[in-house]
Amino acid sequence: MAGLIQETSPTSGDEVVSNYTINFGPQHPAAHGVLRLVMELDGEIIERIDPHVGLLHRGTEKLIEHKTYLQALPYFDRLDYCSPLCMEHSYVLAIEKLLNLEVPLRAQYLRVLFAELTRISNHMLNLGSHVMDVGAMTPNLWLFEIREDCMNFFERASGARMHAAWYRPGGVHQDVPLKLLTDIGDWLDKRMPELFEDAMSLVVDNRIFKQRNVDIAVVSKEDALRWGFSGPLIRAAGIPWDLRKSQPYDVYERMDFDIPVGTNSDCYDRFMVRVEEVRQSMRIMKQCLREMPEGPIASSDRKVAPPKRADMKQSMEALIHHFKLYTEGFHVPAGEVYVATESPKGEFGVYLVSDGGNKPYRCKIRPTAFSHLQAMDFMARGHMLPDATAILGAIDVVFGECDR
Amino acid sequence: MSMVLHPAPRFVTGAGMMEALATSVGVNLVHAQEEHGEILLTVHRDAVEDVLRLLRDEHEFQQLMEIAGVDFPGRAERFEVVYMLLSVTRNTRVMVKVMTDENHPVPTATRLWPNAGWLEREVFDMYGVLFDGNTDLRRILTDYGFEGHPFRKDFPLTGYSEMRYSEEDKRVIYEPVKLSQEFRSFEFASPWEGADYVLPGDEKAGGPPPVNEVKVTEKRAETGAGDPANVKAAEHVARGSDSSTVAGQGQGEPVPEETGTKAPGAPEPTEDRPDRAPRDEDDAADTPGATDIATESEGKD
Repeated sequence: MAGLIQETSPTSGDEVVSNYTINFGPQHPAAHGVLRLVMELDGEIIERIDPHVGLLHRGTEKLIEHKTYLQALPYFDRLDYCSPLCMEHSYVLAIEKLLNLEVPLRAQYLRVLFAELTRISNHMLNLGSHVMDVGAMTPNLWLFEIREDCMNFFERASGARMHAAWYRPGGVHQDVPLKLLTDIGDWLDKRMPELFEDAMSLVVDNRIFKQRNVDIAVVSKEDALRWGFSGPLIRAAGIPWDLRKSQPYDVYERMDFDIPVGTNSDCYDRFMVRVEEVRQSMRIMKQCLREMPEGPIASSDRKVAPPKRADMKQSMEALIHHFKLYTEGFHVPAGEVYVATESPKGEFGVYLVSDGGNKPYRCKIRPTAFSHLQAMDFMARGHMLPDATAILGAIDVVFGECDR
Repeated sequence: MSMVLHPAPRFVTGAGMMEALATSVGVNLVHAQEEHGEILLTVHRDAVEDVLRLLRDEHEFQQLMEIAGVDFPGRAERFEVVYMLLSVTRNTRVMVKVMTDENHPVPTATRLWPNAGWLEREVFDMYGVLFDGNTDLRRILTDYGFEGHPFRKDFPLTGYSEMRYSEEDKRVIYEPVKLSQEFRSFEFASPWEGADYVLPGDEKAGGPPPVNEVKVTEKRAETGAGDPANVKAAEHVARGSDSSTVAGQGQGEPVPEETGTKAPGAPEPTEDRPDRAPRDEDDAADTPGATDIATESEGKD
């Protein structure tokens, strides 16, 4: 018994700490919606996280099966309600792919222009709330100023600030007035960079912000691939993967922009990737405004895109087309496609199965947040409880899309 | 493949890629097709894990982006499980499909990609497809304690139970769905384009109309007249009043019979309610503002 030493507890006997489990959410300001994280904590160290999602499940995919292709479109706005037009983008492209439908050039430019405006608007919300989650207030308010501008532009184009339902199979719903384009141009030249760089000057070199984000939730390249990461998270891991560049859709292949990548793959890199993406989005938008041609904004295929209002007053055939399109809708040839676009949060995919009818037989939506949130467990393990909010903010999760 | 007109994402599917993949998958392959520039490999269910491993390790499909379930109730193996793979090095995609039913589990992909866990949980939750080897096959999107698999085609859109907050019980309670309006399903397909319902009036059609036969009215059945009206029915019809001018037409409705008992749901009689007190002429005065303006304008005139 000589060598045996009974190791004593570092704490005094009456304060033995055991692991305990807490609920983070479902109602928590830093949970970005209705997320319930069941956390097992050792003191303030996270041992395990079990995210419970689905509290916002509305059965969107089932509802879509009961609607015509056009009626199903507004559901996409309500998925990721922070970037509604990018959600519609995947869906209309999937329909166009099944139909092999040509889209006029101006419509493609308009879609790219507004997809990038949506990206800016989404990143304003995410960057702002990420900063607020780790304790700063002012940048969020300043960034919401920009977001408000974006909303106004959406409203001037579509009539709705958030749920635009403006992309349509074959193009966009309505053309934009020239004044809107010039106003967007002015905004990109003056107001937007001024506000944005002002707000970022408060954050990016801020000591406290760095302390909260640098080296938090480091993910290796291999893990990023294995866990199905996409968007800013995979780019922050150092993989220059952007669907706009590698699998271009609409007129992205004409666009001149760079893909920012991170070096350290931590929360700070994810934040900075988004910051740089905003600047690149501005570049793309300026190029769109420079190069956008005149012309039609929707397909001339009257079996898919409705005729002009004026035509309906004169042409019986136009009237019939209009009536049929808004009652029966158009039929899509049988087949199945998986179309994924680069939404602000990552790869947003639509797996569309058609049986040849006027309603989708199956419309599976690939949410970006599903893979990212699932990785929450291994990303947060060993970190402190307050780091969970930073990790969650850097994932950029929106539950309308995650839960569908 | 006809010319590509659509602006959907363009990725690499070089010539012979499908054949190369099909050859590589070998005996496990059921069917391979390339449609809309997308490669779809249907494989045997039991071999799906091997096929996915092969695609990941030898064909550089590093990422599993999505697992989708589809329900075809008419088939013997009604469910399809579709895996979407992405190669970031070859910049291409491939879909792998297996068929299954409620009873036969699909081998899990969680040993290949950790993010398959939630994707499989979702397919299980929505369709009831089982995944053999998934150690955490809980429901994911539906409510705690939910029963059934809502994305199956035979699951109604409205579901079976609804929940509300009960003020009496001070908690959320679940009840069977009660629709205050019948669920409406609109069928807009044109009848000549394969609508599967009978148009109103078509149910009478039993062959061509007898246009060549001479119409006779020898017997009462041939006249098209119905059975004689029930004689008892006349008892309930009001007698024609004296002022009746049109011959043969009784005046309106049956005479209501006084039974003395109150009809169910009838409002209380109002006769015994006291009348409003008569207006006192002396107290009555017009609203001052209204009359003032009138006199003023009169004065100006």
